[in-house]
Amino acid sequence: MIETAFTPWASLTGGVLIGVASTLLMLVLGRIMGATGVLAGLFQPISKDDFAWRAALLLGMVTGPAVVLAVSGEMPAVQVPMSAAALIVGGLIVGFGVTLGSGCTSGHGVCGMARLSPRSIVATLTFMAFTFATVFVTRHVIGA
Amino acid sequence: MRLFVTYLIGVIFGVGISISGMANPAKVLNFFDIAGTWDPSLIFVMGGALVTTFIGYKLVFGRTAPVFGEFFAVPNSRVIDMRLVGGSAIFGIGWGIAGFCPGGALPALGTGRWEVFAFTGALIAGILLARWVSTKQPVRAAT
Repeated sequence: MIETAFTPWASLTGGVLIGVASTLLMLVLGRIMGATGVLAGLFQPISKDDFAWRAALLLGMVTGPAVVLAVSGEMPAVQVPMSAAALIVGGLIVGFGVTLGSGCTSGHGVCGMARLSPRSIVATLTFMAFTFATVFVTRHVIGA
Repeated sequence: MRLFVTYLIGVIFGVGISISGMANPAKVLNFFDIAGTWDPSLIFVMGGALVTTFIGYKLVFGRTAPVFGEFFAVPNSRVIDMRLVGGSAIFGIGWGIAGFCPGGALPALGTGRWEVFAFTGALIAGILLARWVSTKQPVRAAT
């Protein structure tokens, strides 16, 4: 386990920027800023135009770390204490779950909750509870 | 123009995710580890994003249509079923194992770290697998 520093201001600023981007995507395109939906739609676009905005948005997201590097002189920290197997198994499970559940942290947790959507509130409470439980089991039951 | 603006929105999201800590699995999992190396930072990410989007959406939905588009593509379903709850539970388990969620991983691809590519490849495979399984199921009654 890696200890990480408590960063309330950076996290709050990052959160506000996520909210600004979510608001702007609704204002400009009338779309929900959900990473799952944006990514999944790329593999089943309904038109060329549909593919184009998703690709442009994803390209912008991927540019984010380079902008942080240019401004601050440091790449954002990506500390991965888990094995390659955990990343791949976890990735498969996440992809399967978010598709069935129609959304993830950005789509349900931010955009849906901000609309007070009952589905998103239930989804968010459910995945948060299961993530807490999973981390408890992997770190304190199995890993104890 | 429309695509360039969309690209810039992606950049804002990517910068937000990067500085928030959501792209860092160690930080994300420490948020969920209250019994261990707890790092409450993510409460500030969620709080900042939620309050901003709540206010932003109130202003945006005062319009009749988006700037480039005819309507707001907002889901209006209110059905809470096993698919929603079960899918979300499965997502939570995977998030707890891998430490990345989709919105955290996509911007993190820009760091060039192989771990992010491994996760994202598996994420896409999981999405396609779920879609394939859904098509194999008998057609459910439309509700």
